[in-house]
Amino acid sequence: MDFFHTIIALLESTIRVSVPLIFAALAGLYTERAGVFDIGLEGKMLGAAFAAGAVAGITGSVWAGLIVAIIISVLLSLVHGYASITQRGNQIVSGVAINFVVAGSTVILGEAWFRQGGRTPALSGDARFQTITFPFADSIREIPFIGPIYADLLSGHFLLTYLAFALVPISWWVLYRTRFGLRLRAVGENPGAVDTAGISVIWLRYRAVICCGILCGFAGAYLSLAMSAGFVKGMTAGKGYIALAALIFAKWRPFNIMLACLLFGFLDALAIRLQGNPLPLIGQVPVQLMQALPYILTVILLAGFIGKAIPPKAGGVPYVKER
Amino acid sequence: MSDLAIELRGIDKSFGLVHANKDINVKVRKGTIHGIIGENGAGKSTLMSILYGFYQADRGDILIDGKTVTIKDPNTAIASGIGMVHQHFMLVENFTVLENIMLGAEDSQVLNTSISKARVELKRLEKEYALEVNPDALIEELPVGLQQRVEILKALYRKADILILDEPTGVLTPAEADHLFRILGQLKAQGKTIILITHKLREIMAITDEVSVMRRGEMVATRNTRETSVEELAELMVGRRVLLRVEKGEANPGAVKLSVKNLTVRDSRGVTMVDNVSFDIRAGEIVGIAGVAGNGQSELLEAISGIRRAVSGSVVLNGKSVDVTAHVDPGELRVQGLGHVPEDRHHVGLVLKFDESENAILGYHRDKRYLNGPFLNMDAIRAEAEDKIQKYDIRPPNAKLKTANFSGGNQQKIVLAREMERGPDVLIIGQPTRGVDVGAIEFIHKRIIEMRDRGMAVLLVSVELDEIRALSDRILVMFAGRVVGERGADATEGELGLLMAGVEGRKEAAE
Repeated sequence: MDFFHTIIALLESTIRVSVPLIFAALAGLYTERAGVFDIGLEGKMLGAAFAAGAVAGITGSVWAGLIVAIIISVLLSLVHGYASITQRGNQIVSGVAINFVVAGSTVILGEAWFRQGGRTPALSGDARFQTITFPFADSIREIPFIGPIYADLLSGHFLLTYLAFALVPISWWVLYRTRFGLRLRAVGENPGAVDTAGISVIWLRYRAVICCGILCGFAGAYLSLAMSAGFVKGMTAGKGYIALAALIFAKWRPFNIMLACLLFGFLDALAIRLQGNPLPLIGQVPVQLMQALPYILTVILLAGFIGKAIPPKAGGVPYVKER
Repeated sequence: MSDLAIELRGIDKSFGLVHANKDINVKVRKGTIHGIIGENGAGKSTLMSILYGFYQADRGDILIDGKTVTIKDPNTAIASGIGMVHQHFMLVENFTVLENIMLGAEDSQVLNTSISKARVELKRLEKEYALEVNPDALIEELPVGLQQRVEILKALYRKADILILDEPTGVLTPAEADHLFRILGQLKAQGKTIILITHKLREIMAITDEVSVMRRGEMVATRNTRETSVEELAELMVGRRVLLRVEKGEANPGAVKLSVKNLTVRDSRGVTMVDNVSFDIRAGEIVGIAGVAGNGQSELLEAISGIRRAVSGSVVLNGKSVDVTAHVDPGELRVQGLGHVPEDRHHVGLVLKFDESENAILGYHRDKRYLNGPFLNMDAIRAEAEDKIQKYDIRPPNAKLKTANFSGGNQQKIVLAREMERGPDVLIIGQPTRGVDVGAIEFIHKRIIEMRDRGMAVLLVSVELDEIRALSDRILVMFAGRVVGERGADATEGELGLLMAGVEGRKEAAE
């Protein structure tokens, strides 16, 4: 029974750490499916986390924090959009630039405004997301198996957690069952086809980039308003890149993305769990190895096991009308 | 009601310093097939892009059905009843036929209803115009002929009355092209107006009612197709008389220079592309290989020139055996007297970002003539390039210009000059005139015959049957990786066509 509880606890924390990955990877899904590569997920998430922490800290309202987080993230997306869609710049350079600018400016602004070594004030009460407990969670807990699964695994998460998982089928529906989704996927494969069909390539790609910004806003807000009680400098800690790896790993498909993020989240949760707990026979596993696992796994699996991940054909290429 | 589907009045368009369209006037009658011909860069595509709303004309009026319209983007063009089939298909390859046809013409935010409506409408169109295609097939799994049909259906789905086709046969096999022409005939019978842009004169003669000729951005003439001739059109296009079939004397074959025996080549997927092929080429003769694209000609050329490893077989070049089943250094083959004009000049023959002078010596850059110790001798290289520019009439005559900025014909001349001027014993040429203007074709053909008369052994591969027949002394036909027949220079088109389709060959092989 003890082992069972350990598993439940492990899965519970898997879900907790997977949420920002899911938001960010879905964010990447929208822009990359539209043909705009985005290595700046990390920066947008970090910017949003800072904005959320700062605004919630000042106003005491978690909702104000969330909204401003989304606004900041969308603005950063638009910068990337302006550079890569309108100015037809290099998308990787633009994304990296955003990552650096945000990494630096959040620390500077944080220090200037709050003087807590780059942190924002610790949040409590209405300034932070609270967990949602499902009805009867406490009374059912004692039922074997189903009880803990319901009460500890399914119940007791943040609103944003449920939103992240809900966004997976929603994104699938948007991409594959709506006009917007059809056009968005088309513009990532062959913008010429979209242009000759009388649809604006630029406006379509901007809308995709805005979707990305909104989702990164959620990811950032989750970090500083739900998972932690405030912003800590560099708190995304490479999650944007892991989300990107998950996106590739999932071959740019929504449900695969969820599974990939859960897998990477599981590795992360496992790493935390194994810290200081030597494994039988193997002994102490270096934490760095565990942290590198998602990347190692992506490379190995992409190299041979899940076949080729073919990115959207027009990805990374600015659209120029033929002459 | 006017009997003109389209009238263009005084259309003028410049891109910076390039005056692409100069005061163009043209009238297209309803229910006809109207050809627009001209060499590459004559301004045909620009004119059609203006009509389709990709660009706006600097001056001039567009009249549709006798009414002046402003076409500011493809949307307004579509709304005016214009549909366009682009040279490079505007299809999303991993979408289904239905999704491609719907794209941009979906009638609701959610797709379900649009899809079922589109399916019904597509069925109707298929019936009405006899254009069958599986609506649920993925584009990337369809042959090009069918992809083009999807493009046509896409236009019809948007209720186009005027259909513009830009170089539609460039990617098609002769059989597919014939099929396309039948479709166009049918569309015309149903009252559609068709504008056909091409630089192939035979197509114009075969299918159009009227033809307009463009040259250097100007509309130089409009003719009734029945009252004109290929010669007249060629002259109008180029601006001078053109020999469409070059004169050539009898071949005077000498010793065997290239001998290929039992050559078998597989492609990267492991499919056998060249199957046990043998032939000899003698000094002073041109051997042409005819065949529909994709029947192993490319792999044959690659194996002989050392680019692709063969599975089995032997090649004797100039009396020396070359082990084509092992790694062969193409540079070494050059030293041994092989010149190679690759089929794909953009990816194999040239580095487009290099200067003309650099491309003029590419592959021969280790030659002492171009070296100054470990460094390149830029003066020698430039002198060499300028000499070739003059001999091959490469325009513009500027050795420092980036190769990408030359027209297709002139790029091809750069490659030909490089390979021919070394005076190899064996010259293998793939698609010498693909994407090359009529005027330049004449020049290139003359040169190839000149090389033959100088005693070179020439292997010529082309998907243009006319070209094979005009140049070759002997013709081999390849089908499904095998040589299915050999004919003399006097072989008829029908005879070769049957061999190319694999019909005759099987009988012959069985006998």
